[in-house]
Amino acid sequence: MSMKRLFQNIKGLWSLLVGLKVTGGELIKPWLTVHYPRQEVENLSSYRGHIELVPATDDPLTPRCIMCWKCVEICPSRCISLRMHATGEAGVAAADDPGLLLAPEVKSPYSAHLAPPPDKIERILDSYRLNYSLCSLCGLCVQICPVDAIRFSRNAYLVGTTRQSFELDLLARLKSQAASARGAAPTQPQGA
Amino acid sequence: MTAQLLELLSHPLGQMITALAAIMVFMAVNGMALQYAERKVAGFIQRRPGPYEVGPHGLLQPFADAGKLISKQLVAPLGADRLLFWIAPLVSVAPVVVCFLPIPFSPLLTGMNINLGLLLILAFSGLNTLALCLAGWGSNNKYSLLGAARAVAQSVAYEIPLLLSVLAVAFQVGSLDLAAIAASQTQGLLSWNVLVQPLAFIIFFISGIAETNRAPFDLPEAESELTAGFHTEYSGMCFGIFFLAEYSYMVVVCAVATALFLGGWDGPVFPGPWWFLAKTFALIFAMMWFRWTFPRVRFDQLLNICWKWLIPLGLANLVATAAIVKWVQ
Repeated sequence: MSMKRLFQNIKGLWSLLVGLKVTGGELIKPWLTVHYPRQEVENLSSYRGHIELVPATDDPLTPRCIMCWKCVEICPSRCISLRMHATGEAGVAAADDPGLLLAPEVKSPYSAHLAPPPDKIERILDSYRLNYSLCSLCGLCVQICPVDAIRFSRNAYLVGTTRQSFELDLLARLKSQAASARGAAPTQPQGA
Repeated sequence: MTAQLLELLSHPLGQMITALAAIMVFMAVNGMALQYAERKVAGFIQRRPGPYEVGPHGLLQPFADAGKLISKQLVAPLGADRLLFWIAPLVSVAPVVVCFLPIPFSPLLTGMNINLGLLLILAFSGLNTLALCLAGWGSNNKYSLLGAARAVAQSVAYEIPLLLSVLAVAFQVGSLDLAAIAASQTQGLLSWNVLVQPLAFIIFFISGIAETNRAPFDLPEAESELTAGFHTEYSGMCFGIFFLAEYSYMVVVCAVATALFLGGWDGPVFPGPWWFLAKTFALIFAMMWFRWTFPRVRFDQLLNICWKWLIPLGLANLVATAAIVKWVQ
């Protein structure tokens, strides 16, 4: 063994002491972990929980969603399902043709045999359900939404004992959140 | 009646039986305390609290763990050599009880005063290798067998520097009696062998860590490569017994190091046994500190450290000690 390697080994011994100094220093520093039931993490801004609906700017009780179905179609896990209905006279007429109801501006120019599209169809979201037990949190629905009507929630403490407890009604959640934000009693518990 | 009882207890056999019973109680309490301490040290080094939920600051966690281990079913794997499989934990834990006998907690508090105490400890602690070997062979599991093979190679290699460092101290004092060696260091801090024989102390401690299969030399039970090594197939209290034996061997190694190098019961103000225990557990704390600091060595590195460094250094130290002892005479 050459002298150089000998000195290298002795230098290696010194590194052992350096390591001990590092861990010994950490030993006497305070904890970094958060004791969940007694403490909660303060900053959840970067947390990506299940998706939630964004309320419209003028009315916190209605979602911003325009029911374009893009999130439902792009979801690789097929975990989003939504129901809606149309109101008004035009809406009743359009209700016969589900395709028209969904996307009148796409369907009508190429469907000469159909009646001309109604001027305006009022679409109302009946339910927006997320089966969170299937969701892989890929975020494609959030990306594709043309009006930014979906975002990740910060619901970090979602707990349930049954599969059904992860089938979330996001519309009800939006309404209950809006109601509790106003100070009224929530109509439905969060995450239900 | 009391006189008869005292006479019975003062008989060497009665004394030994009392000592063995006391040692077993000490081992059980020690196992629980040390596993709690280990998890706390690990937690604090990783800046987390460690066990915290059972009892105040998790103090009752060892009892919960002991209850779990005792109540779990013991399963022997298919194709296992049942006799060897069941006997291995007992072979592991039985010698360690004997190893405690000659340890001098104080001049009076010694299980058995024999003038070959050091030899007895070295002989009986060697039996642990056999237990690991039986466990690995009897389990009919590739991980267990590999762990056992590693344990044997490692223990055989590291017993040599361990003996060499112990011999240097024995040469110097001229005795294999732990109490006599400890008594030779009671003239203040400067008479402690850790200052007279620093190299022997370092070699002894490193070899001791390797002999007890502690990190960074925990190759026989390397979790990341061998699941759990030789005790992969052991469940419940059989694993618990291996665990107890490991922690008891740690205490034995650290107690011997205390008696050989750190002045034994020597210390001011407090009674001797407290000093002895404090030094022993300080060394155990150092072992835990090492475990959570150093990464596991590779097997060739492990043997290189032993054959290329510790054994030559130990031999040189022994020769130098012998020469100085002869010259002084």
